[in-house]
Order: sequence, then structure tokens, then C-alpha cells
Amino acid sequence: MDAYGGQGRMAVYLRDHHDKIVGRWAELVLAVVGGRLSLDEIRHELDDLYALLLRVMTQQDEHAMGELRATLDELSRSRARAGFTPSQTALGVFSVKDAVYELVADTADLVHEYLAFTRMVDDLGLRTFESYSAAREQIIADQSAAMMELSTPVVRLWEGVLAVPLVGTLDSARTQLVMEKLLETLVATGSEQAVIDITGVPTVDTEVAQHLLKTVNAARLLGAQCTICGIRPQVAQTIVSLGIEFGDIATKATLADALALALSNAGLKVVPA
Amino acid sequence: MDRVPIAKIGPTLFVSIQIDLEDESVVQLQEDLADQLTATGASGVIIDISAVEIVDSFIGRMLTMIGSISRLFDAETVIVGMRPAVAITLTELGLSLRGVRTALNAEKGLALLNGTA
Repeated sequence: MDAYGGQGRMAVYLRDHHDKIVGRWAELVLAVVGGRLSLDEIRHELDDLYALLLRVMTQQDEHAMGELRATLDELSRSRARAGFTPSQTALGVFSVKDAVYELVADTADLVHEYLAFTRMVDDLGLRTFESYSAAREQIIADQSAAMMELSTPVVRLWEGVLAVPLVGTLDSARTQLVMEKLLETLVATGSEQAVIDITGVPTVDTEVAQHLLKTVNAARLLGAQCTICGIRPQVAQTIVSLGIEFGDIATKATLADALALALSNAGLKVVPA
Repeated sequence: MDRVPIAKIGPTLFVSIQIDLEDESVVQLQEDLADQLTATGASGVIIDISAVEIVDSFIGRMLTMIGSISRLFDAETVIVGMRPAVAITLTELGLSLRGVRTALNAEKGLALLNGTA
């Protein structure tokens, strides 16, 4: 906190010109965010920030810096969620320098303190950058988790027959999720047949095959039978040329064939009505 | 050490494992089961592990071994009620319980032994 000290006169000056500076600051921010926020909204946010800034500069209490950082973090997070760019977010802080400079420029004896002030604002601006990117990363992580959930449905085709339509690349994390979900649903519904449809899996390499085999083996341990279907011609060629063995696991060309097999395994027969 | 009870129901021996398996109790179970198979001449063994939450490679191997022992007495082993987490663990350990049949629950296991499934 001492790094930002020695700004006593500056603080007094800033407090005296509160309305003028915040007003100018808000105008500058408004120009940057391009009409996505109203002047009143911005003013409201900046009033809080400005009050905290003054508290830090006058070193009235030791909590001021922490509060200022927390407020900035919160502001950057909401900017990141609302889809503002990093520059727009950081300039929201940096532009206070311009607003203050326009007033201080004529007052030569404040220049020294103004430098200390800009150093402080630079630090705070960098902080908004950091919390902005942290918020962005959080958003990306949330989205990939949501996608993971969406992309692994286990559906019931028939009494005792489940299907797992796999779409997209199979990696260890997804296979784990698919496996858990399939096994839990097998137990919960008392199903003995499962069909794994890999029509939507673009490539099958040894690793993906290994993951599939693991899933089938785990299901077998529970007492359920798995059929793999939807192997496309190119994928079949890859599998053979890689020398992957599916062993005694049943594979069928289409989901329809697999369903027919699963039904007959379950002791059911489809006859014309 | 807890002992696992073995119940005879018709031609089937029913083993329900209600405790967290320790290595000793599994070895004891193996011995008890072999004794019972000789004494009763049962034709099937159902091992219900629906209450088992933790397995290791030793227990996985023992289950396979129980299957092999039962086969020597011309009895078939069905392991029933395995939890998904246990199945995943066994698969990750590379144990596929060869020579042992599996069923989702005790009812389906019995049907499997009676040849009605």
C-alpha cells in the first residue's frame, strides 16, 4: 500500500473535482464500450471505484485496497461475461488517467503526484486484465463441461435395451464419462443389452478402440452385453490396417442391425403386424 | 475377521457379501465354498457383491479363482449386482473375470443358472 502513498494533495484535489472527473471518465468509458452500456450505468460503477480510489490514496484504512481489488475483479468478471473485449475492460480503468490529466495538466506542482497516481492506475488496469482472462477461462471450462454433459446421452431403445450414440472425438475423459453413465443406467434400468453407436466418431485409432473395449468389458462385468455399430467404411479400413481386434464383441453395420441383435439376445422377436 | 455366510437354495449356493472384503475373509470364503460344494454337490454358485464398494486386484483375482474352483466341482459361478464403480475399477486393473459369468442382479443370475435366460 505504501507504493501508492504520497498522494495526499492529489487526493484532496481529486475529491474537490469529484463530479467533473467522474463525469469525464464516464464519457471516455462510454466512447470505448460503444453504446452497450448507458452513461448512468457507467457513472454508477465509476462512482464506487472512484470513492475506493480516494480511500486508497488517502490511506484512511487498510481495507480500502482489498475492497478496490474485489470491486475491480467483480467488474472485470461481469464485463467478460457480457462479452466485452479485454481492451474495453482495461480501458475502463485506464481512461481515468486521461480524465484526471485533463484537469491536472495546468497545475504544475501536482505532476509528481500524478505520476504516482498513474502507476497505481496501471497496476489496477493490469489487474482487470488478469481477472478478465480468469473469468474467460472459467467460462470456457464451464462450456466444455456443459458440452461434455450434452454429448453423452444414454437413451432407452426398448425395455432392457439401451443405446449410446457417440458423437465427436473420444478421449479418456469422455470415455470415462460415457462408461460411468452407461453402467449406471444399465444398473438403474436393469437393462442387459447396450448398443454403442459410433457413427458420429470421426476417427478410430488404437486409443479410441482401447476406450471402447474397456467400456464393453466393464458392461460385461455387470452382466450386460454390448454391441458396437455404425462403423463407417473408412473407419473399418483404419481399424483393420491398425490391427485392432474387437475380439468376441459383436459389431454391426447399422443401428437397426444392432437393435435387431440386441432384441434377439433379449429373447424378443420382431414380427410383421 | 468377518466370515461370509453361504446359503444353499435348491441346487444353488448363494453367497451374499455384505462386508468390505479383506484379503483374509476372501481366502476363508474360498475354503468354505469348496467345503460346501463338496458337501452339497451344488450345481451353481451365485455371488452377490452389490454391497461391495471397494475392490483391488487381489479380490478380483480371487473372484476368478472361485470360478475356477467351482468349475472343478462342475458348478457354474455367476457374480451378480456389481456396482458400476467396481466394474470400472476392475476394467482399469485389466481384470475381465474370465470364466465367471455375470448378471445385473440376483434374480437374473438365478435365471441364468436355471437356463431360462
